[in-house]
Amino acid sequence: MKPLIDIQGLSKSFGAVEVLHGIDLSVQSGEVVVVIGPSGSGKSTLIRCINLLEDYQGGVVLVDNIQVKRGAGLAQVRAEVGMVFQSFNLFPHLSALDNVALGPLRVKHLARDAAHAIAEDLLVKVGMAEHAHKYPAQLSGGQQQRVAIARALAMEPKVILFDEPTSALDPEMVGEVLDVMQNLAKTGVTMLIVTHEMGFARRVADRVIFMDAGRIVEQGKPEPFFNAPQEPRTQAFLKAILQH
Amino acid sequence: MSLVETFFNWSVFVGALPSLLEGLWITLLLGLVSIVAGMVSGLLMALARLYGPKPVQVAARIYIDVLRSIPLLVLLVLVYYALPFVGVRFSSFTSAATAITLVSCAYTAEIFRAGIEAIPKGQFEAADAIGLGFFSSMRYVVLPQAIRIVVPPLTSNCINVLKDTALASVVAMPDLLKQATQAQALAANPTPLIGAAVLYLLLLLPLVRLVSYFEASHRQATR
Repeated sequence: MKPLIDIQGLSKSFGAVEVLHGIDLSVQSGEVVVVIGPSGSGKSTLIRCINLLEDYQGGVVLVDNIQVKRGAGLAQVRAEVGMVFQSFNLFPHLSALDNVALGPLRVKHLARDAAHAIAEDLLVKVGMAEHAHKYPAQLSGGQQQRVAIARALAMEPKVILFDEPTSALDPEMVGEVLDVMQNLAKTGVTMLIVTHEMGFARRVADRVIFMDAGRIVEQGKPEPFFNAPQEPRTQAFLKAILQH
Repeated sequence: MSLVETFFNWSVFVGALPSLLEGLWITLLLGLVSIVAGMVSGLLMALARLYGPKPVQVAARIYIDVLRSIPLLVLLVLVYYALPFVGVRFSSFTSAATAITLVSCAYTAEIFRAGIEAIPKGQFEAADAIGLGFFSSMRYVVLPQAIRIVVPPLTSNCINVLKDTALASVVAMPDLLKQATQAQALAANPTPLIGAAVLYLLLLLPLVRLVSYFEASHRQATR
């Protein structure tokens, strides 16, 4: 089967510094892939290349067989790739409902009623129905991130990218966001998640990828990956973070 | 002749009032046209300056710098008295509206640019990520936030435009100031000038207050 995301030989530099060195990665439809690794290893940069929030210098990124590149087709590819950001990035001048409805309304050009119906359903799904008419500033971080997940879902994307979705949250709010993501994973949504939440990775991932210094060092199913990592760098990383 | 009779002569004032009000109407019309045209063109200029192809960006920057440097009165005189030599002859209203708009466009462009640049990068990225194109991102995400930020400086610019309309009297436009100076000559009494000054104040003082109010409420909102 053709992979949904197919990345071949992706390399990316910030100025003279190469931060991704020829990454190959493919993600099947319905797969939940978690990317872990130390800060600065290029995990966020990797997933930001998939919807071209970052330009890249070498290699190919295909989403559903369409190459992601600057030009007329880019907005359409982006509409099929949802993204959830570390800092939520909700639109502060719009209510939770309007945040979620904006894509259906202005990208898919649905009627206002239809767009709002979609948004209401999704807010129920992420447990935010009662806050639909609040503005982002009136919501906690966890609540904002759940609205942001609903906003990504509203475009019915083929894949959702999560860029450290819980890293900016107070500890007591991490659980509510991870719960929503876990439920999402069960519904067969394709997910590519950059996170430091190892328990979540172990529970939810179909595959775990360990990145270091701009390369994929090791990948595998969560059980063997966490219990018996093969590469010394993976072992060192897991040892360092799982000790606490 | 007493001071009151000289500067606050009631019968002269009443006699001049119809032409003063006519002038006020022209001043308002000129101000409104210049403000609207300056804002629309200023927004487009800001977008060209920020997001146009490289040559367009450079051209926009040059335009903005030049038009902010040239004295409005000089530009106005150029448009009205110099352009006829190349066969371009504008009415005094069109000349004044053109000159004021050209300058207001440059100032407004800088105001909008500052507002757009104040919007966090994450907002642009979130708009990109849901597939909004450039114009939709601007219209539904960036500009609603940016405009909120720039309401105080924009209002301030409107005040400047309204004040600058008085320069149009130089190109024989029957605006408030011109009507007042004519009435003054006719009556050989400066009361119409005082009347015009009072009308300017009545028009502009509330706007000045409004800017202060916007600034205060903006400070409150961003605290």
